[in-house]
Amino acid sequence: MVRTQTELEAARHTLVALLEDHPGVLNRVVSLLRRRGYNIESLTVGHSEMKGISRLTMVVAGDDSIIEQVVKQLYKLVEVVKVSDLSDDRVVVRELALLKVNATASTRAELMQIADIYRGKIVDLATDSVMIEITGHEEKIDSLIELVRRFGIKEIVRTGRVAMLRGTAGVTKAEE
Amino acid sequence: MMSKGRSQPEPHHPVKERRVLNGAQIACEALLHEGVEVLFGYPGGAITPFYHALHDYPLRHVLVRHEQAAAHAADGYARATGRAGVCVATSGPGATNLVTGIATAYLDSSPVVAITGQVPTAMIGKDSFQEIDITGITLPITKHNFLVLDVKDVARAMKEAFHLARTGRPGPVLVDLPKDVQMAKAPFHYPTSVELRGYRPSVAGNARQIRQAAALIRAAERPLILMGRGVNLALAGGELRTLAEQGNIPVLSTLLGLGSFPGSHPLFYGLIGMHGVNYANRALSTCDLVIAVGTRLSDRTTGKTSAFAGQAKVVHIDVDPAEIGKNIGVDIPIVGDVRLVLEALAREGIEGQRPEWLADLRRWREEALESPRRRNGHVSPQEVIHELDVQSHGGATIVTDVGQHQLWAAQNYVYERANSFISSGGLGTMGFGLPAALGAKIGRPESEVWAVCGDGGLQMNIQELATVVQEGADVKIALLNNGYLGMVRQLQELFHERRYYGTALLGPDFVKVADAYGVPARRVEHNDEIAAAFQWARTTDGPVLVEFVIEPEENVYPIVPAGKSLEDMIEG
Ligand SMILES: Cc1ncc(C[n+]2csc(CCOP(=O)(O)OP(=O)(O)O)c2C)c(N)n1
Ligand SMILES: [Mg+2]
Repeated sequence: MVRTQTELEAARHTLVALLEDHPGVLNRVVSLLRRRGYNIESLTVGHSEMKGISRLTMVVAGDDSIIEQVVKQLYKLVEVVKVSDLSDDRVVVRELALLKVNATASTRAELMQIADIYRGKIVDLATDSVMIEITGHEEKIDSLIELVRRFGIKEIVRTGRVAMLRGTAGVTKAEE
Repeated sequence: MMSKGRSQPEPHHPVKERRVLNGAQIACEALLHEGVEVLFGYPGGAITPFYHALHDYPLRHVLVRHEQAAAHAADGYARATGRAGVCVATSGPGATNLVTGIATAYLDSSPVVAITGQVPTAMIGKDSFQEIDITGITLPITKHNFLVLDVKDVARAMKEAFHLARTGRPGPVLVDLPKDVQMAKAPFHYPTSVELRGYRPSVAGNARQIRQAAALIRAAERPLILMGRGVNLALAGGELRTLAEQGNIPVLSTLLGLGSFPGSHPLFYGLIGMHGVNYANRALSTCDLVIAVGTRLSDRTTGKTSAFAGQAKVVHIDVDPAEIGKNIGVDIPIVGDVRLVLEALAREGIEGQRPEWLADLRRWREEALESPRRRNGHVSPQEVIHELDVQSHGGATIVTDVGQHQLWAAQNYVYERANSFISSGGLGTMGFGLPAALGAKIGRPESEVWAVCGDGGLQMNIQELATVVQEGADVKIALLNNGYLGMVRQLQELFHERRYYGTALLGPDFVKVADAYGVPARRVEHNDEIAAAFQWARTTDGPVLVEFVIEPEENVYPIVPAGKSLEDMIEG
């Protein structure tokens, strides 16, 4: 099935799962997603503000019935404490990327200017390259990558999406 | 599917003062606290401290002859009693031998706790002798599992393992105990409650959804109840019967639902699905409401999902929310313990008469039953099961292996009691029958227990004849010997131009084999010897084997070809 870009974006959900911080818990989540054939675009995990609870953010593609299954299946894991679908506009979504781009004395200034426009930062300089740090929505990062491609990209690392609800409500405290 | 409220023996001697015990002793104490009476196991190096401790505890250990059989026996025990079945194995190959049995229990939601030895913690991750990552391997086939790295965590892990195995939707849980953890000491204190913030199974159904479902039922002209294993697991047969009788609603069953509603009840219309009876499948495509209770609506039950109950609204009741809407679209989902939900539904009042609908069903059933049973020189397998039903009055526990005989056993015995049909439905595990029957008999010694096996599947765990004899377990074995992997041969006949390949089995002489194990055995080669053989078997004390030499190319009908709708069944 060929989908348009908007359809794809509509089918993309940001799920946040709170996990018991036990050894092997990430393995359980990833193994579940793989064996049930879900389409994961990114997945990132780290500590939350609560002791013993990790926070995982993932981007899953699928229609509503698939997303419903993903959520229910995640809940079946004993160490998954809560799952939230953060897919509306009250959400702040960010990704961080580091790009190492070829730079000569003559192109360095232009690269710095581009980074600046994207509110990126030059975080390292070498004789033949610069490292740009950029934060934002995935599309912003994609577009910066496209722009600097002609200089020659040596290396890219991206964190995957993290997300948080705007306002006082939050996924961790919502129930209390 | 909820297992609360079952009779568990009172906890054994509650410990007053804190004794210092080693991990193995703590595990044994935990078993007593959980009301465990019997373990099915097989020892080895990494589990020796546990066996050393076990010796001092009032726990019965059944030494199987293969760890796969330990897991199946624990599963059979669990299915027969509703209590958790326990199996034990050593690390490495002992643990991997459990895998098929654990997967079997997982697919059929059986409460099984598996305890495995593991290499000492310092040797984990080094490819040590008999080291295997059994928690990794069983991750997709357990409800949860534990690798216990500190003796202080043994009691909690055991407590949680049993809690998880038997509450909510039951399932197998594995506890992996490294050898040094079994030997290290800690003050023993058994937790009285569990703290699992990520595990809160729903119990009572949502009241609004129950009201909506009741309204749908009242309005329905042609409703059906479709019961699955969840009704057996929750022992909700009584509540189901109240509901069915109140609304005059016909009841159909999936393979593993059999028994929870009496097979002789006038509202019972039999097995549906891939090998369901034609009138049941026909009822499904005609009905206007399906009340699916404690079933995951698997592909074997539904056939092609888009054609399943095409004219019907669907009310789906299950304790596992993930099963609702997974395969079949649902109009009213109700998540909860099926027993409580059925009770609440009946309280809503769903009285109805539905004489026309019941008359239709009766007529379809009569038409179907008119077609005579086939008879020829060989023993008819249908006749064998029918005779067993007649002699045992539908009161035996029938444990099957997997294949044609399994379906003949499902179709031709009238199951009157909950959990009296025990079979591997989800995984379809050959080799299940004999060890599961052993477990069922040990769990339910007062019941007549029959293992109905094929010549293929019996040979997958035939070594358990020795266990049966050693334990003095009165397991009766009916072997339906067609000289083939019959189910596969049938597929080759029907769908692969009758090119039989890799399905003919030669020998052995099962009567001699049984005899060598010390199991009295007889061979039956004519239909008119069936009754006498069962009389002999049923009046002989202890295990016996009756080999029925059946028509080699007999087929199971009806059969719905894979991927087809229930209406496309082939009736033979
Ligand atoms: C462990 C395992 N291997 C293979 C199969 C595939 N299979 C399903 S039924 C069957 C034939 C069973 O033969 P038998 O035990 O003789 O029973 P029959 O069908 O002849 O009654 C086979 C091979 C299976 N279900 N389980
Ligand atoms: Mg056979």
